[in-house]
Amino acid sequence: MSENLIEFNNISKFFGKVIALKDVTMKLKKGEIMCLLGDNGAGKSTLIKTLAGVHKPDEGEIVIEGKKTIFDSPKDALDMGIGTVYQDLALVPLMSVTRNFFMGREPLKGLPFLKTFDIEKANQIAAERMGQIGIDVRDPSQAVGTMSGGERQCLAISRAIYFGAKVLVLDEPTSALGVHQASMVLKYVVKAASQGLAVILITHNVHHAYPVGNSFTVLNRGKSLGTFNKKDISREELLGMMAGGEELDKLEVELEEMNRINN
Amino acid sequence: MSEKAKSISSKKTSGQDERLKEVSKLRLLLNRPELGAVGGAILVFIFFGIVAGDTGMFSAYGTLNFLDVSANLGIIAIAAAMLMIGGEFDLSIGSMIGFAGICIAIPAIYWGWPLWISIIFAFAMAVLVGYFNGILVVKTGLPSFIVTLAMLFILRGATLAITRLITGRTQVPGLRVLIENDPIAWMFATDTFKWLFTWLGSMNLIALRTDGTPLATGIPPSVIWFIAATLFATWILMKTRYGNWIFASGGDKNGATNVGVPVGRVKISLFIGTAVAATIFATIQVLDAGSADTMRGNLKELEAIAAAVVGGCLLTGGYGSAIGAAFGALIFGTVSMGIFYTDVDTDWFKVFLGAMMLIAVVFNNYIRKRVTESK
Repeated sequence: MSENLIEFNNISKFFGKVIALKDVTMKLKKGEIMCLLGDNGAGKSTLIKTLAGVHKPDEGEIVIEGKKTIFDSPKDALDMGIGTVYQDLALVPLMSVTRNFFMGREPLKGLPFLKTFDIEKANQIAAERMGQIGIDVRDPSQAVGTMSGGERQCLAISRAIYFGAKVLVLDEPTSALGVHQASMVLKYVVKAASQGLAVILITHNVHHAYPVGNSFTVLNRGKSLGTFNKKDISREELLGMMAGGEELDKLEVELEEMNRINN
Repeated sequence: MSEKAKSISSKKTSGQDERLKEVSKLRLLLNRPELGAVGGAILVFIFFGIVAGDTGMFSAYGTLNFLDVSANLGIIAIAAAMLMIGGEFDLSIGSMIGFAGICIAIPAIYWGWPLWISIIFAFAMAVLVGYFNGILVVKTGLPSFIVTLAMLFILRGATLAITRLITGRTQVPGLRVLIENDPIAWMFATDTFKWLFTWLGSMNLIALRTDGTPLATGIPPSVIWFIAATLFATWILMKTRYGNWIFASGGDKNGATNVGVPVGRVKISLFIGTAVAATIFATIQVLDAGSADTMRGNLKELEAIAAAVVGGCLLTGGYGSAIGAAFGALIFGTVSMGIFYTDVDTDWFKVFLGAMMLIAVVFNNYIRKRVTESK
């Protein structure tokens, strides 16, 4: 059954006595966008780091294209095609677009023992890749610091794709962005998925997740509340599940109470 | 549809590119880190050209004099700049100069080693000190300011203690006779282009001594090393993968690590670079003076950092240039010598040095804001 590009079966992770993740299962096909929703402390960060190879799961297995895999290091995960874009993006604002795009993986040219950084080729690829997303990098040697938040996010995603990601793991890609910028990033995510990548989009913003996601997994206190296809669940239901529906109900009651007293 | 979108976006980018060519040259220039230092150097030369133009400061002899001073500082300033771009400081450069001098002089004079082996020994010690500095900073995560400040005291103290223990003094003279016929020493002790100066002298174009030989005998070795170091460092920073790693390590340590840059190794190698540069400085000076002094290089680390900062390096790392540091050193060297040719009391030099650095930091801060927020 290798129809799924990637499977996480019953993943658990413990830190001493703390159960950070318990029996989390996720399955993704090519071209699918799965949104991982959860409030602060739900275990999202632990799950990302497990996906990225930073943590090893204590229980459960990771299956990529039908093969059981263990990530020994973040590099392992990268080599297996898991491209993780962290919230801090791993971009250096003072460095140019090109130098950021190829940071750590610079193309080389020249003699075997005197290889130099092929900056022309790098410039060309970086400009081309950014152009494909519809961001005109006026000059690929301009500093990343001059780009908007959405453009930076797209640059980081584009970089992950260029370096062979089959599964994109995006950590809160829209959290610091305004509406326009967020929609730019989300559009790009949809486009990436339509080209055959599987995307795991981690967010606590249902309004950003709902329009683009094919399926939704809700995390709460380290446990998965289940994975739902879009047609089976509404935005409000998701929201309720995420925050723990009772809590919102309670809040509503309390607010009404306050209003009554004030009046 | 995607075809259509592509053609539109590519049209858009090419249109942007054409517009870019008109503005970008000036913009690019303004965003270069060395801009301030180059401008400053031009101002300094104009100033001394007016104030001291007819005093002999810009004669062949005078020029080589201030170039020599600039070049010596420049050698360590460039290494300090590279390290600073990599996000760290080295305050032990000055002490390393004294230590390296002793590492050459004591084996050569007291232990009877050939001079060239002593020189290699000094460089080997420099690699060790640099490695130790680097590994300490990388492994402990402590600020390099503190770690190398400790090394400043340790090295200077050890230099003094060891020298007095072995020689009973704080100076080791007698090296000059060893330079001749040494297979390595000439690299640090020979004036080059002597024929040019002899010729210029014979044509009466430059000042002569009473015996008819030119006053300026050739380009001092420091200047050659300085130019070589500037070119080498610039090539590394702009044209190699390692150069990109230096910027990345200093710009954002975590980000660089996340994308696979070996930040620790990069930083350790840069610490080795500053120690080796200090040893080049020391070797040139020791062979020139013919003696080693335990106090040699005192406070040079601060001058090197000042030159790097004037040259556009940000104290926070990730930004700067070797050419900038070279011009920073040129400014300091020119002013420190040029001030003798003016009526200004030389006591004012340090005031100038401080003021220059303040202006540079304010200017750099403004540049960084421009670079990171110009949208």
